[in-house]
Amino acid sequence: MSAVGHDLTHGHDDAHDHHHKETFVTKYIFSMDHKMIAKQFLITGIFMGIIGIVMSLLFRMQIAWPEESFKVFSWLLGDDFAPGGVMRNDIYLALVTIHGTIMVFFVLTAGLSGTFSNLLIPLQIGARDMASGFMNMLSYWIFFIASVVMLSSLFVESGPASAGWTIYPPLSAVPQAIPGSGTGMTLWLVSMALFIVQSAMGSLNYIVTVLNLRTEGMTMTRLPLTIWALFVTAIIGVVSFPVLLSAALLLIMDRSFGTSFFLSDIYLAGEVLHYQGGSPVLFEHLFWFLGHPEVYIVILPAMGICSEVISANARKPIFGYRAMITSILAIAFLSTIVWGHHMFVSGMNPFLGSVFTFTTLLIAIPSAVKAFNYITTIWKGNLQMNPGMLFSIGFVSTFITGGLTGIILGDSTLDINVHDTYFVVAHFHLVMGISALYGMFAGIYHWFPKMFGRMMNKNLGYIHFWVTAVCAYGVFFPMHFIGLAGLPRRYYSNSAFPMFDDMVDVNILITVFALVGAAFQLVFLWNFFYSIFYGKKATQNPWRATTLEWTTPVEPIHGNWPGDLPVVYRWPYDYSKPGYDEDFVMQTVPLREGEKDGGAH
Amino acid sequence: MTSLLILVIVALLGIAIWQLTKIFDLTQNVSGNESCDSEIATDKDNNIQGYLMFGFLGFIYALTIFSIVKYGHFPLLANSASEHGKDVDNLMWISLALIFFVQTITQFLLHYFAFANRGRKDKKAFYFSDNEKLEMIWTIIPVIVLSGLILYGLFTWNAIMNVDEEEDVIYVEVYAKQFGWDIRYAGKDNVLGKANVRFIKGVNVTGADMSDPNSQDDILATELRLPVGKKVVMKMRSQDVLHSAYFPHFRAQMNCVPGMVTQFAMTPSVTTTEMREREEIMNRVSRINKVRSERSAELVAKGEEALAPYVFDYVLLCNKICGRSHYNMQMKVVVETEAEFNKWFAAQKTLGQLVADEKAAAEAPAVEEVVAPEQNTQELETVVDTTAVVAQVIK
Repeated sequence: MSAVGHDLTHGHDDAHDHHHKETFVTKYIFSMDHKMIAKQFLITGIFMGIIGIVMSLLFRMQIAWPEESFKVFSWLLGDDFAPGGVMRNDIYLALVTIHGTIMVFFVLTAGLSGTFSNLLIPLQIGARDMASGFMNMLSYWIFFIASVVMLSSLFVESGPASAGWTIYPPLSAVPQAIPGSGTGMTLWLVSMALFIVQSAMGSLNYIVTVLNLRTEGMTMTRLPLTIWALFVTAIIGVVSFPVLLSAALLLIMDRSFGTSFFLSDIYLAGEVLHYQGGSPVLFEHLFWFLGHPEVYIVILPAMGICSEVISANARKPIFGYRAMITSILAIAFLSTIVWGHHMFVSGMNPFLGSVFTFTTLLIAIPSAVKAFNYITTIWKGNLQMNPGMLFSIGFVSTFITGGLTGIILGDSTLDINVHDTYFVVAHFHLVMGISALYGMFAGIYHWFPKMFGRMMNKNLGYIHFWVTAVCAYGVFFPMHFIGLAGLPRRYYSNSAFPMFDDMVDVNILITVFALVGAAFQLVFLWNFFYSIFYGKKATQNPWRATTLEWTTPVEPIHGNWPGDLPVVYRWPYDYSKPGYDEDFVMQTVPLREGEKDGGAH
Repeated sequence: MTSLLILVIVALLGIAIWQLTKIFDLTQNVSGNESCDSEIATDKDNNIQGYLMFGFLGFIYALTIFSIVKYGHFPLLANSASEHGKDVDNLMWISLALIFFVQTITQFLLHYFAFANRGRKDKKAFYFSDNEKLEMIWTIIPVIVLSGLILYGLFTWNAIMNVDEEEDVIYVEVYAKQFGWDIRYAGKDNVLGKANVRFIKGVNVTGADMSDPNSQDDILATELRLPVGKKVVMKMRSQDVLHSAYFPHFRAQMNCVPGMVTQFAMTPSVTTTEMREREEIMNRVSRINKVRSERSAELVAKGEEALAPYVFDYVLLCNKICGRSHYNMQMKVVVETEAEFNKWFAAQKTLGQLVADEKAAAEAPAVEEVVAPEQNTQELETVVDTTAVVAQVIK
């Protein structure tokens, strides 16, 4: 704290004269340095990601070969959850639930925006560290505890939470309805409450840092789009996460203290429960008031990262910088008024359905603008196909494929027949799951040199990308067809309905693609961890990018810049600017006489 | 099957690791120097990856064509069994065509540009940062197209969701519980009796309030039978957790929410018998039966019972996660001619009769126990006021 505080108040070069010797504990564990916290978020996120993906493989195997006995089920789930190697039907639901929760919150929210907000905000705006290093540290450690609590729910005898990641009551509220709604659900709620606390701490920190600690010359319209995206993401988080906390608290009250906020008229296991007067629909509103902005919390950082990576690797300014910012802001605003499209058939007033259809289809407009701007950025570029660039192009591809089907799901009329089918699964996995993962990979490949001072192996990166790209489409594209056929999601087995019997082949194909795709993530893991220790040493600016993080020393130091903070003179996208020999001009290069900033020339 | 799968996984893992080490060795040998340039894309990499990008466009198109050819018969885009279903299918076709068009074009542009602009170190990109006209175009076009879709969608939505209570309709209660469905017809008076879970007792499974005269003539059923061409207003209730009553063939769905009554109205337009005779349906059924007979052969070989051949039926299934047996919460739906329906309907015992029968059967052997039920009814009366809300909504 002292070193950072000192720097902030004096703004001089005293990053070098360490007042105290850093011990292992202060450097690697209770670190208050934003770069270390970013790595902590990333590695925890990757670890949670492995668990989440393995879970998805287990339940995909169950869907493809229903009620078959697998040794791997016995090994991983134990004889209690998978007696004789056959997965129990409530454990199937538990895996679906925890997979969703882990991937959405722990990997794509904390792992993605936690990592890159921490890493990039101070580095790209020219700050010594976050506004509050201590709160930043606290944010990570609360996230860590939330992760531990979530994982501990896997070892509860009655099983982890099993009501779907949306935890709609009454299923999530009364243990008589499903075993997972006992201790497992309590741990889920505790974990999420902690998660929301860490999210609030992190987000406030990001907002304050972006607003107050920008270096000289770094106006808001000279911010890289990554920072804009991460900044707006933090604002959405601050606005919407507390609503989920209130939903979780009220659910805890209903579960443990006998209130009836969400429950009414329930007859279970032969008796009438005492609940009276509540409404599950209220919970749905509260949940989706966060739940929908949440998908933008997931996708905006990926958009920001890809904007940066595409521009740097296309050696070309991002097309329509201001339109991109406007789109981010428009998406952020609209994201808070579209939640009802998850509830067209929930029993809410049909008039509300009309309103939400309208707002939902509106949000397609800024999204379309972004997609077109990415494509135009690539047009007539000088594309350097680094792994980060491949993942960014992959991002645009899956974002379009997944986003387009949103036109169907956002339309209340069409949603009637595809609501909660595999069509929805295909849609959101492509548009936010895979796309956000691609954004995360793009960011990791691109900023790995900044995090660890070394390079990742590019050939392994290429293999990783191509197999992932093929498998991602292989898994999710056919799902649209079985979804349009009316196959509901979250079915333990499709064999109870003869009308779905001819879809067995599709499900096997999907599972095989999933297994292959997941196996090749090992290539990434190996590349990542090997390169941390043995990768080629990076130079200061390996991608020849313009932004401030590449002016810091290769070996990261506390306080980021050894001397004074850099001064910014231009926007971040001066790639291939006419009049310059090099095909990039750093933000720290002063404008020449008569030279215009911001893309004009 | 298990061993096969494990073999596949092990083999894939093996390949992955083998590839990994091989490539690593190669890169180690080629670049003995410590420079990081070897990890940055060279012109050769740009070239190869550019071609792969173009190849990937081919993959996306091929996968699309493969899926349409192989799985194109799955989607429920024709043969809807309800009147509003035709509009839903129409709108779905328009949306799908639009999506297909935009997808084909944008994926082409994206991957073609990635291919066509393969980087060279001696080249510079075109400095092109803004163009208001272009941006205006791709803001306005989505606005116009989406406005059209929104308008069409909203008109259809309003037509589906707004029920004219003056119309000649049948009221049916669709009642959900873990893990099955119950049906209660409104009976001769076409008014559903008040109901609440607190009245559930014996044969009265949906909790009709028997003190309400409207309940007496209600009719319980274990399958949903509907007359063709007549509007049916389904009042939905749930006994325990959220369920969703999903009728894929009718393009109808509504959640069943404990504590409130939801509704969905539709007019069945094709009887089950007619639907079974349609060509697409017959093809689909024969495909399914092929799969089933293959599986039956396997089962018989193992000494288990063979599967019965599939006969087309409309179904009602649960589409909101509701517990362990969520995947098997179904009910048969039958659409028949009005004459057939009326005949069946007239033959059913009313709920009043069923309750009376049950009471008589219970009273016959043991008369002393009568005291207990009386206390029960008194208890019930004290909570009845809360059901007034429910009762209003049902009718």
